[in-house]
Amino acid sequence: MNLFAVRAIYRFEMARTGRTLLQSIVSPVISTVLYFVVFGAAIGSRIQEVGGIGYGSFIVPGLIMLSLLTQSVSNASFGIYFPRFTGTIYELLSAPVSYLEIVVSYVGAAATKSIVLGLIILATASLFVPLHIDHPLWMVAFLVLTAVTFSLLGFIIGIWADGFEKLQIVPLLIVTPLTFLGGSFYSIDMLPPFWQKVTLFNPVVYLVSGFRWSFYGLADVSVPVSLGMTLVFLLVFMAIVAWIFRTGYRLKT
Amino acid sequence: MAPVISIRGLSKTYASGFRALADVDLDIRRSEILALLGPNGAGKTTLISIVCGIVTPTSGTVTVDGHDILRDYRAARAMIGLVPQELTTDAFETPRNALTFSRGLFGKPADPAHIEKVLRELSLWEKRDQRIMTLSGGMKRRLLIGKALAHEPRILFLDEPTAGVDVELRQDMWRLVRELRAGGVTIILTTHYIDEAEEMADRIGVINHGSLMLVEDKVELMRKLGRKQLTLQLQDRLAVVPPALARYPLELAKDGHELTYTYDAASSASGIPALLDDLDRAGIRIRDLQTSQSSLEEIFVSLVSERG
Repeated sequence: MNLFAVRAIYRFEMARTGRTLLQSIVSPVISTVLYFVVFGAAIGSRIQEVGGIGYGSFIVPGLIMLSLLTQSVSNASFGIYFPRFTGTIYELLSAPVSYLEIVVSYVGAAATKSIVLGLIILATASLFVPLHIDHPLWMVAFLVLTAVTFSLLGFIIGIWADGFEKLQIVPLLIVTPLTFLGGSFYSIDMLPPFWQKVTLFNPVVYLVSGFRWSFYGLADVSVPVSLGMTLVFLLVFMAIVAWIFRTGYRLKT
Repeated sequence: MAPVISIRGLSKTYASGFRALADVDLDIRRSEILALLGPNGAGKTTLISIVCGIVTPTSGTVTVDGHDILRDYRAARAMIGLVPQELTTDAFETPRNALTFSRGLFGKPADPAHIEKVLRELSLWEKRDQRIMTLSGGMKRRLLIGKALAHEPRILFLDEPTAGVDVELRQDMWRLVRELRAGGVTIILTTHYIDEAEEMADRIGVINHGSLMLVEDKVELMRKLGRKQLTLQLQDRLAVVPPALARYPLELAKDGHELTYTYDAASSASGIPALLDDLDRAGIRIRDLQTSQSSLEEIFVSLVSERG
């Protein structure tokens, strides 16, 4: 294992976050605060409690998930796409590093960023609404698992993309809608029965549900199912990454 | 001594169907400077890219110090430093961080003293903490060399190192390359500047249309293929070459004011002393003389056009 390389890439990527602090950390925090102002203070007070939890508090796990998913995908995709775009990827390809080491360091750095971001949002939220976390360890587990899983997805997108447009398209057209429709802002039993069934095809439902359960003990789907589905996504994305490296797809000719 | 890089039957056909390399065999000797010459698109960069792990070969094998580049890629790549043709840098990084990153990437523990040494050698120390985007083109080129040297490679690939580089920087680079070679580093450079190969290389390989046409010791190559010419400027105009001198390959030029004598640089006896004696005997007086040797460029052009 070339640990020096893993550390070098990880540090390089974290330094990039440092340089783009405004974009990476501050802007998601600001948009989260805006959600609280609108849904928490302005409208939230007129919405009845969900499962005994004030609406402002109810949406916190969903909001964290929203940022976690979009930021994991965009951080990781940009991290690997940019060297491909500028051509500096030559160094990575010619270095004595294994594919596993490349994935661990890029995905690790992207996941670190979004986990830090998630915790910052959590801290920000606690200033606005009362929060309690019933299962802190599970909360952290869901946070880490989701961050890693969707950073892997971002890594895949960053390899697949052949332009900045494609880099934006997946988060914009797929991840964000799925998150909004995945019960971030509502419990799925608020939906008509037909849409409750349709929603179960949305992977984000399982992530949000499990995460919210770790806060308030409320879940739309059972916790083992949530965990199981998250692990399924993780495995699917890992399989795709393995295929990418075996074939050299978009990396080597 | 066993070659440091051994290439056998190496071929590369790209997905487009373009055959960039066709069955190349090449042994690269330890601590030599090998120049790969060839026109654009000849396959030089493909060859380097395969050895460095950036391009996957279609067939054939490459070993680096006995390590197969595919099966034992870690050991093989750890020995190699690559300076690419394109000026690809991380615009927002600083030179010091860029070199530190490269060293780590190649599996070496941090060594700020070595990084400082490399940056100083490349006259980049003053710029160590400035963003790379503020550097000039020549500095970026040196930075890429620095990144390749950050992990103390035993083999250095320079892909067109002096393309678009001014004369002074070129001299600096050649000096650095010689120093590295003196330290036991093997250097492979590609170029289409013949004078560069002529100045720098120990051996020269010529690639065209994906085939290695020849690999030869530079001096040997010049001697084998080079022709020398003696130009004699005459005191008085000469209308025809006198019959007494018929056995020499002489030609009249400049309306009879110049006589040129072409001879083989490889043969031990040039025949010049005898010629001069005979000229004297024939009463031809000489005002001045000079010799010239055909350059690698002429050799190269004739090779490429002959077999191309």
